[in-house]
Amino acid sequence: MPQVFMPRLSDTMTEGTVSTWTKGVGDRIEKGDIIAEIETDKATMELEAYDAGILEQILIGVGTTVPIGEVIAVIGDGSGPTSNGTTGKGASNGSPKPAPVSDAVVAVAAPVAEVPAAVPTALPDLPAPVPAAANSGQVKASPLARAMARDAGLDLSIVRGSGPGGRIVRADVRHAVDALATSGKPNAPAQPGAVAQRAGLGASSSADDEEIPLNNVRKITARRLVESMQQAPHFYLTSVIAADALVAARARINEGLSAIAGDSGVAVKISVNDLVVKAVAAALRAHPEVNVSFGADKLIRHHRIHVGIAVALPDGLIVPVIRDADTLTVTQISATTRDLATRARAGKLKPDEFTGSTFSVSNLGMFGVDQFTAVINPPEAAILAVGATKQEPVVRDGQVVVGHTMAITLSVDHRAIDGATGAKFLADLTALLENPLATLA
Amino acid sequence: MAVITYRQALNETLRSELLRDPNVFLMGEEIGIFEGSYKITAGLLAEFGPERVRDTPISEEGFVGAAIGAAMLGLRPVVEIMTINFSIVAMDQIVNHAAKIHTMFGGQSTVPMVIRTPGGGGQQLAATHSQNLEVWYAHVPGLKVVMPSTPADAKGLLAASIRDNDPVMFIEHLALYNTKGEVPDGDYVLEIGQAAVSKAGTDITIVSYSRMAAVALDVARRLEEDEGISAEVIDLRSLRPLDRATILQSVRKTGKAVVLEEDWLSYGVGAEIAATIQEGAFDYLDAPVRRVAAAEIPLPYAKPLELAALPDATALVKVIHETLDATRFRG
Repeated sequence: MPQVFMPRLSDTMTEGTVSTWTKGVGDRIEKGDIIAEIETDKATMELEAYDAGILEQILIGVGTTVPIGEVIAVIGDGSGPTSNGTTGKGASNGSPKPAPVSDAVVAVAAPVAEVPAAVPTALPDLPAPVPAAANSGQVKASPLARAMARDAGLDLSIVRGSGPGGRIVRADVRHAVDALATSGKPNAPAQPGAVAQRAGLGASSSADDEEIPLNNVRKITARRLVESMQQAPHFYLTSVIAADALVAARARINEGLSAIAGDSGVAVKISVNDLVVKAVAAALRAHPEVNVSFGADKLIRHHRIHVGIAVALPDGLIVPVIRDADTLTVTQISATTRDLATRARAGKLKPDEFTGSTFSVSNLGMFGVDQFTAVINPPEAAILAVGATKQEPVVRDGQVVVGHTMAITLSVDHRAIDGATGAKFLADLTALLENPLATLA
Repeated sequence: MAVITYRQALNETLRSELLRDPNVFLMGEEIGIFEGSYKITAGLLAEFGPERVRDTPISEEGFVGAAIGAAMLGLRPVVEIMTINFSIVAMDQIVNHAAKIHTMFGGQSTVPMVIRTPGGGGQQLAATHSQNLEVWYAHVPGLKVVMPSTPADAKGLLAASIRDNDPVMFIEHLALYNTKGEVPDGDYVLEIGQAAVSKAGTDITIVSYSRMAAVALDVARRLEEDEGISAEVIDLRSLRPLDRATILQSVRKTGKAVVLEEDWLSYGVGAEIAATIQEGAFDYLDAPVRRVAAAEIPLPYAKPLELAALPDATALVKVIHETLDATRFRG
């Protein structure tokens, strides 16, 4: 359920005040709609919704000041609890749409006490163990449940917790793992702790359809991509590069490798994609401002360059990582990629081999795709979509001639990287790909 | 193996240590002619004479200091402080001298002294005579703090304490003196710093010590019989050194822990146990570690109030149930 946070609207802003809610609880919100006006230390600015849906909860009242990053409203599909939480945080100034305080607000404002302190062992002010507030958006699980889920590769966000305050406990993880193992279906009905199936947007099947249960990879892929599209405002920059030098370089390198292989007959061959990865790594080294992740209240700049390579699986997608790609030779990148991709398809990757990438490359050129846009792989801030290398009529020195082209499209998280920064990176990357020997320098 | 009381086990061990080592001697208030306020030293003055069983004036600081000096010069004093509440008067001698002499003087001298003293409430002795101050001493490096809960442990740990070269606070419990149990015959010496798993189990770990360890064991047996709950009971036996390995091993198996302690909750033994568990077995925890301890008030004299303020089996059972319910143990 997307939450609306108090945004940082100026560099010096540390807190903001809602001066008006322009939408009310229950209103339909489209992406980009103005839902509130926020008073900062400098000016009053409009707050746009990043997500479409129903405004389910308003958590602070007009006139209330909260630090940046604090959740001020919740946008959902309309099925969640609705509340106008203007009683939550000292909203003495009232709200434009007074609404009765619902139970949901109380649930949010006052964490449910799990158990009373043991009598007679405790004074009244002793805290009993208190689970995190409901609807905090964070998965609540016992450390043991987390460890078990990690070992089983289970995504805890799809498990329903039966412990106090919805905490996921060992029994819930056991049921979920058993349910997945025995039926392939995540949902074992009538099990209070079984996996909760996330409803698609009104998707249902009739006799003409077939239901295919989601496997874990598919579930995680779906969740992360939704997360990415919902949270990271994408913009796209495309460049069509003159790929003659790239194609020629690849051919020459492969001839050379074949000659070195000699009688052993085991010739290593590099791909265009290997050269792209090498160029991306070199461009990232020159543009550290692109090798970043967006944190809620900070930008994380990665000093090491780990390039993820999107690999299609029969039933999902995985992004193995080439670590420190800027320090590897093209043949090393090639060998690493081949090894990772082979093991990825066999389901044999270790967790640290598909996590930790700082930038990704997705290549659909082998399918003849001219050009496409890719969804950013969070928490990275950018991804490069690589199209096919093809022969086309191009204009060179005022003449139409036959040349190789390749379209590359950079998807950028605008929270972390601005247009001009992305464009400069893409320009340098284009230059490197048009003169691939420079990447070897 | 004979069945004797905790009191008899202490008495017999003192006697056998006096017989074994001529450097061992006893001192304390009323331990000679009166044979001890709790009769732990009964018969010893008659057998060993006033040189080795010495009555002292009511001056804890003085006779603890004298014992420290004797220990530094090679004797092995076993001092009785009538109750732990009076050890406060000798705090400077214990904490600033006994605990520090070995390290501050470059190892020239050890302090092989034992202070035997009973603690605990439940006897209607009111607030100043019913305290559980063990954690004060357990906090101090240089001391050992031993707290047996059974007659057998009383024997094995008292012998070990007397033979140990460090100062040992040997803390007994008023309510344990009349409890009975099997005690191994002959020379029986336990290792200080080794917790006992007094009952094995798989569902939940109960950590306790001294009288509460006996309560915990009783509760665990009843829960097993009545409700099929398999609780593992750990009797710490020694608070310093603390056997963290045994606690962690158990919690890694059960994933849940409750500490039962008779001291006050804040900054108590349970706090140290809970911290130990989250540091060493975090990924094995399926529920928060809970503590059952005494109400944070000076212990009342009135019997109903005294009972209400002390932790007991009912309070422990309640918290065990809550902890198990938090993990959907009972469906």
